[in-house]
Amino acid sequence: MRPFAYDRPDTAAAAVAAVADRPDAAFLGGGTNLVDHLRLGIADPGLLVDVTSLTSTEIVDIDGGLRIGAGVTNADLAADPRVRARLPVLAAALLSGASGQLRNMATTGGNPLQRTRCPYFQDPASACNKRVPGSGCAAIGGATRNHAILGASEHCIATHPSDMAVALAALDTQVRILGPDGGRTLAFTDLHRLPGDTPEQDTELAHGELITAIDVSYPRGRHAYRKVRDRASYAFALVSVAAVLDVVDGTVLDARIALGGVAHTPWRAVRAEDTLRGGPATEEAFAAAAEAELADARPQPGFDGGNAFKIPLARRTLTATLRQTTPRETA
Amino acid sequence: MDPELTLTVDGATHTTTCDTRTSLLDLLRRRLGITSPKKGCDHGQCGACTVLVDGRRVLSCLTLAVTRDGAEVVTAAGIDGPLPQAFQEADGFQCGYCTPGQVCSAAGVLDEHARGWPSVVTADLTDTPALDDAEIAERMSGNLCRCGAYKGIREAVRTAAGAATR
Repeated sequence: MRPFAYDRPDTAAAAVAAVADRPDAAFLGGGTNLVDHLRLGIADPGLLVDVTSLTSTEIVDIDGGLRIGAGVTNADLAADPRVRARLPVLAAALLSGASGQLRNMATTGGNPLQRTRCPYFQDPASACNKRVPGSGCAAIGGATRNHAILGASEHCIATHPSDMAVALAALDTQVRILGPDGGRTLAFTDLHRLPGDTPEQDTELAHGELITAIDVSYPRGRHAYRKVRDRASYAFALVSVAAVLDVVDGTVLDARIALGGVAHTPWRAVRAEDTLRGGPATEEAFAAAAEAELADARPQPGFDGGNAFKIPLARRTLTATLRQTTPRETA
Repeated sequence: MDPELTLTVDGATHTTTCDTRTSLLDLLRRRLGITSPKKGCDHGQCGACTVLVDGRRVLSCLTLAVTRDGAEVVTAAGIDGPLPQAFQEADGFQCGYCTPGQVCSAAGVLDEHARGWPSVVTADLTDTPALDDAEIAERMSGNLCRCGAYKGIREAVRTAAGAATR
């Protein structure tokens, strides 16, 4: 590990200036991903700017929702009574992720910015366009069980690992960002990028831009988060689904759905939502929505058997999660 | 020059310097000679390095020591009372390597439960359920035991939870 300087400025603006100043500087939040990257040799910043004590650790009421400070830990967010009662899809997603120890460390600002757990990305000896642009992709044709079925490119088939981000993508979420030229707000669904031919860029954030808070609105409807994985706990999703369905008299007034484990981004299921909205909340409608969402899914072959299984798995998990959000008498 | 930092570990205050790259785990074990927290994977996947920092269970291998200047650290060696005793009585270990992490994690679980925190297996997230086997297994899932002493570990946590609520 290359030696690095460590700085803990007093204000977010000073932290932004410190990182923007140096191309090899990075923000340090809970460290659960970045510290591992230092040790694996896949990140080698010359300066770490600790932002844990200068971004807000408060969750405050705003009109129709919550403003979550970037420094709020995943554990504190999941434990908040307002989140548990009015954003249960977010609480469940948070509690599905990682372990109790990691949730005490990971932050609201850092969690969505964690990087893929693609084993080839995490192995400096493997070709990886995300780690070393232009070096190729060892994942393609490799072990692809955990790789993408939607939105992948010939350059990268990695998936986004966060559970929290899947719930945030389904909800009406705004990301508050401070950069060297001032503040801006970005819809959460515009934060992450598909890999295309620049998989090294996970998000739309420029160097030096810092997430300071995340605003989430309370949606109408019933919530569910369902995660399918290779062991019952403390594992990343093969497929996960966050859904909020507002059903009145058997009709879907609104649907908010996102998928995890299937793409380079938390995948907002726009096609499934459009299929459902205005129609009946029936088993047939749920199946049609899942069918529509997965219509363009493409499996990755792999020496581990590939990931074609994820397409029917995603379809069925989506259908089952929608069923979970629907009062029994109308399903 | 390496930064200076002060930590309280199991009640004793230590002031030392360390390279910015040093993990809290390496600082405790190699600089301060406090070997209760163990290095299992060093990647945040096994839980053997779990300690309490300012009352919360965290992974000391993924914590840079320099970020915790002024913190109060508790290792398993600093925990006494019903919890470690319950591990002994329930045979909650075999080789013992993961045990200090299990004990610290269990202390965190009991505290989180006392604060009313739910887990993902809690049927109603607005509720705080009793610590039954399913809740304990879920809340302790960040601590692996390669000997497979999970049955005894669950029993120890259940016993300690009972002692805590009596």
